[in-house]
Amino acid sequence: MDTLVAQYSRPSGEQEGYSQDEQQELLQLTPPLSLKFALPPIAQPSSWLRAMTDDYSNPNCPIKIAHGTTTLAFRFQGGIIVATDSRATAGNWIASQTVKKVIEINNCLLGTMAGGAADCQYWLAYLGMQCRLHELRHKRRISVAAASKILANLVYSYKGMGNNVRRRNPQEGPALYYIDSDGTRLSGNLFCVGSGQTFAYGVLDAQYSYDLSEEDALDLGRRSILAATHRDAYSGGYINLYHVKESGWVKHGFSDTNPIFWKTKLEKGEFSNVTSELE
Amino acid sequence: MSSPFSINGGACVAMTGKDCVAIACDLRLGLQALTISNNFPKIFSYSPSVYLGLTGLATDVSTVADLFRYKVNMYRLREERQIAPRTFANLVSSSLYERRFGPYFVSPVVAGIDDGGKPFICGFDSIGCIDFAKDFIVSGTASDQLLGLGPEDLFETISQALLNAVDRDALSGWGAHVYIIEKDKVTKRLLKGRQD
Repeated sequence: MDTLVAQYSRPSGEQEGYSQDEQQELLQLTPPLSLKFALPPIAQPSSWLRAMTDDYSNPNCPIKIAHGTTTLAFRFQGGIIVATDSRATAGNWIASQTVKKVIEINNCLLGTMAGGAADCQYWLAYLGMQCRLHELRHKRRISVAAASKILANLVYSYKGMGNNVRRRNPQEGPALYYIDSDGTRLSGNLFCVGSGQTFAYGVLDAQYSYDLSEEDALDLGRRSILAATHRDAYSGGYINLYHVKESGWVKHGFSDTNPIFWKTKLEKGEFSNVTSELE
Repeated sequence: MSSPFSINGGACVAMTGKDCVAIACDLRLGLQALTISNNFPKIFSYSPSVYLGLTGLATDVSTVADLFRYKVNMYRLREERQIAPRTFANLVSSSLYERRFGPYFVSPVVAGIDDGGKPFICGFDSIGCIDFAKDFIVSGTASDQLLGLGPEDLFETISQALLNAVDRDALSGWGAHVYIIEKDKVTKRLLKGRQD
């Protein structure tokens, strides 16, 4: 039996052209998954952090973390559409109207962020690094499933630490994943995330079909974000649109919602709730 | 729960110019993040040249606006004349102080032109403390630039001030109303602000 097994087994490093030792060495070079962060010198760092930063339960909390968002992505016959707004708020203060919430991990992978701006930015950058290392080690591009799992595992290891992460992470193949800070990882055809998600779902669900043409799909992505920016106080600014194809992603502009809104209203007669003339 | 003053959102500003005053408000009514209405004006008129802007809790905005409508109507019947801005300001102040220990959650602003044709503006806290101002209410500094503006320039200034303010506040905006009040003329305009 042993001889039979030996016939078919090879040292695991052989295919990639690395020896066992080299592999070991490579693994040690990569930073450990649990990076070392300074923690407040108290017994319960996570509950303390929550008390300091949770402006929902305590509007007077001393640390206001920037969040509030709408992002969406959906799969259709021509690939994946990814769209986001660009507003960052700290409490009711609009901290920025020009945030880039789509993170270009590589030519084929995109991540979008909702939740704590700093957490999302940091961990998606970290994911980008891990994906590049994966490419170098294995001589092929990481699959979306693997990339999303790296992120999900990482976020899960910080569960309960008050990391404010809600993100979806599309592509290649094309595949689409939703990941959040509780460790949830879901694959699916259509996701909206953030404070404006309900408004985006409303438009998206009404008009979505897998057989949408490319132009219609882009319009639908744009229109869904527009609806969310209109009704959700914490979403707004610019619409960031991406189309992910087999060959990689294509950017379709970072456009101000204001002219798009008035064009949609005046030319198509939508948003009749808004007054444009004094009665 | 968040402060009653910031549940519904809203913004209001008043400014003086040369022989004119301007008062402007946004049009949003929200419930925290959700925008319920884009047509909820917060400026009310109590005589041809007395205007009141009310921000804060929407239910109190409506209640207080109607309460003053009643009080000013009674004043007009008794006195057989229109109420003057300064008189109205004192009425607002004493009415709010009547609710000293259970206040209306509103921040009023009064703007008008008095009998001598002089501009009058003032603001209040929710229990009636009057904040008399020479230049403007609800804004910041920059008074030097504002003094001596004519009606058209005043319109431009107040509009830019309001729009730039609400564009940085998540709970205000969605359009605005501006009133320019001169001695014998009032112009009302709608600003098509950002709808996000």
